[in-house]
Amino acid sequence: MRKSKGRDGRRRGRKGSKTVVNLVLGIICLLWLIPTLGLFVSSFRPATEILKTGWWTVLPHREYVAKEQLQLSKDTDLRQPIEVNGTTYTDEQLREGVKTEDGTELIWENRRARTIDVRELGWRMSTEFTLDNYAGVLTGKEYDIPKPDGTVSKEKGSNLNQAFLNTLTVAIPSTIIPILIATFAAYAFAWMKFPLRKTLFVIVIMLLVVPLQVALIPILKDYTSLGLNGTFLGVWIAHAGFGLPLATYFMYSYISQLPKDLFESAFMDGASNFTIFTKLILPLAVPSIASISIFQFLWVWNDYLVSLVFIGSQPDVQVLSMRIANLVGSRGNDWHLLTASAFVSMLMPLAVFFGLQRYFVRGLLGGSVKG
Amino acid sequence: MPELKTTANGTKGAAGGARGAVALWSVLIPALNAAGHTGIFLFLRDTELNPVLYAIVAILWGVVGVYALYASLNWVVEQYSETWKRRIQPYLFVGPAFALLTWLLLIPTIRTVIMSLQDATSSKFVGLANYAAVFTNRLLLTALRNNLLWVLFGASACIVLGLLIAVLADRSSFERLAKAIVFMPMAISFVAAGVIWKFIYYYQPGDEQVGLLNAIVVSLGGEPQAWTSMTQPWNNLFLIVILIWMQTGFAMVIFSAALKAVPEDMLEAARVDGAGEIRIFFKIIVPFISATILSVTTTIIVFTLKIFDVVMVMTGGQYDTEVVATQFYRQFFMYRNFGYGSTLAIALLIAVIPVIWFNLRQLRKQGGFA
Repeated sequence: MRKSKGRDGRRRGRKGSKTVVNLVLGIICLLWLIPTLGLFVSSFRPATEILKTGWWTVLPHREYVAKEQLQLSKDTDLRQPIEVNGTTYTDEQLREGVKTEDGTELIWENRRARTIDVRELGWRMSTEFTLDNYAGVLTGKEYDIPKPDGTVSKEKGSNLNQAFLNTLTVAIPSTIIPILIATFAAYAFAWMKFPLRKTLFVIVIMLLVVPLQVALIPILKDYTSLGLNGTFLGVWIAHAGFGLPLATYFMYSYISQLPKDLFESAFMDGASNFTIFTKLILPLAVPSIASISIFQFLWVWNDYLVSLVFIGSQPDVQVLSMRIANLVGSRGNDWHLLTASAFVSMLMPLAVFFGLQRYFVRGLLGGSVKG
Repeated sequence: MPELKTTANGTKGAAGGARGAVALWSVLIPALNAAGHTGIFLFLRDTELNPVLYAIVAILWGVVGVYALYASLNWVVEQYSETWKRRIQPYLFVGPAFALLTWLLLIPTIRTVIMSLQDATSSKFVGLANYAAVFTNRLLLTALRNNLLWVLFGASACIVLGLLIAVLADRSSFERLAKAIVFMPMAISFVAAGVIWKFIYYYQPGDEQVGLLNAIVVSLGGEPQAWTSMTQPWNNLFLIVILIWMQTGFAMVIFSAALKAVPEDMLEAARVDGAGEIRIFFKIIVPFISATILSVTTTIIVFTLKIFDVVMVMTGGQYDTEVVATQFYRQFFMYRNFGYGSTLAIALLIAVIPVIWFNLRQLRKQGGFA
């Protein structure tokens, strides 16, 4: 990035501190990455492996692997000490695995048949990978449907396309509407004088902390009488309402900090509040709007509760999070599908983040105030 | 609605700002808005469209529609005399936001306050009995204590780590990558995050562990632990780690944007004067971004007070991990004790008063509410 060049050149001894910075940040990043990495690796592992061995076994590691098998005589008494290759062990030891002097491990392979595994420590890597999890998620889960004549037919559930489209339809207006409304309100709170301004603002901040569960039932009743239940409009309004306090507070804290001269000179030129707002504030607030948009978008994209309550779970209006919750299944044992679908659902939010990241640049405000 | 505007301008020229025309428009424009939006709503509700087309129409309407609403109503207000314009315009700006908030949050909240003063079935008033119960009932008290833990450990860790990472990233050679990595958990839904952390906290007896934390413990010669259900109340900390992992990205992104606004010449001048980086951080950077620190702190505290999904996904509130929001949910939707449930929700509102007071004091200092 452009900023670092001139700064570093002028100050000696900053090379060393930069290495420390990189190192510390690297460690933090690694800690942050490991949980997601686990999910990512797991999403490519076969369903049976996921819960049998840790995901890190895909890395080279040392573990005991059977080298040969010993057959004891069938009438060995398990209650007596058992002699193997000249040394005696108890049944208990052989059940848990016992180390011998030459570095191998002895463990029952089949206690009833009296066979013992001789295992040796060696470098291993679990290399069983599969794309089945993703295929299962993208094309729909397979259901076994028993037919009346006794045969079983495999039917595929619907794929993610419709859910993806629904989520976009819910998420884009649910992001833009509250932020537009909130920015108008934030401008008025910050730069317009009117009675009750302070009271209204305190109420907005107080509403920040209201858990949305408080509001679900009253709103549901209103929606039923308005015929809004199960419509996208209903979800947009709900998301807009729940997102408004934070968006207003957030935009206020930015807009109120803009320099006063900016407005005075604009008013001198005879601009109206609306013109100032659309021509001056909105462009200036782009970095702030970008950040709060990202958060609102993420929140709406990952939301489960609001969509479930207000548009329900019919396949034609179902959103991604609901699909994923369905994939988990009521018994919660489809972990392999969940790992893959979690990644599919992350793609869009990450794309938005990287798309808007360029707005977080230094001096965007500084330049326009000077000019 | 561009065609509307041109006719309006024509009328204005002919009538020369006659009051009658203004009055007509101030009735007509809101009415047209209401009719237009209702029409589109009914059309979307009752028409079968191709899903892609439906989505596009819906998105366009949602986005352009709201802007058109403001623009057209503002046009009406602009026709008024200067005094009335000044009086009405602020409410036009604040109005839609406040109307939505009143309907969706304020009225339900007031209802909740009333219910918190009533008994379990909301049939008669019991005064402050529910509030007394909150401080004596073990379940409710646990929820309050856990929320305190969440705010103390979770919120402070998010803020400190977020600021630290933002500062480090600003000076590192892989800023974009580092920010993307720390931000990434924010993009993960709570359901997915629950699965991720189950892979970390997973517990089974014996030496073969699927959970990362237990695998580390076992390889160091320790006993595997059931992290999220063991030694209460410290199992809460393992849940709080999840919040820290998910929310630090939020603080980091905002702090990072604020850091970019610190004038380069200010830092340069301090360096020329021989100030160390740590001194510069506390004496220049922190004061400069203090407003951002306050707003991020407020946001994260509020978010932490409302925490719900993490607990629901990980433990369902068992093993004394219940927090206010989950306990509210349980009381309200499962035990049907509307009194207790509402009182807990109001407890959150009371808990946030110091934060609000602090915000207002800060605003007054800035001259925002002079």
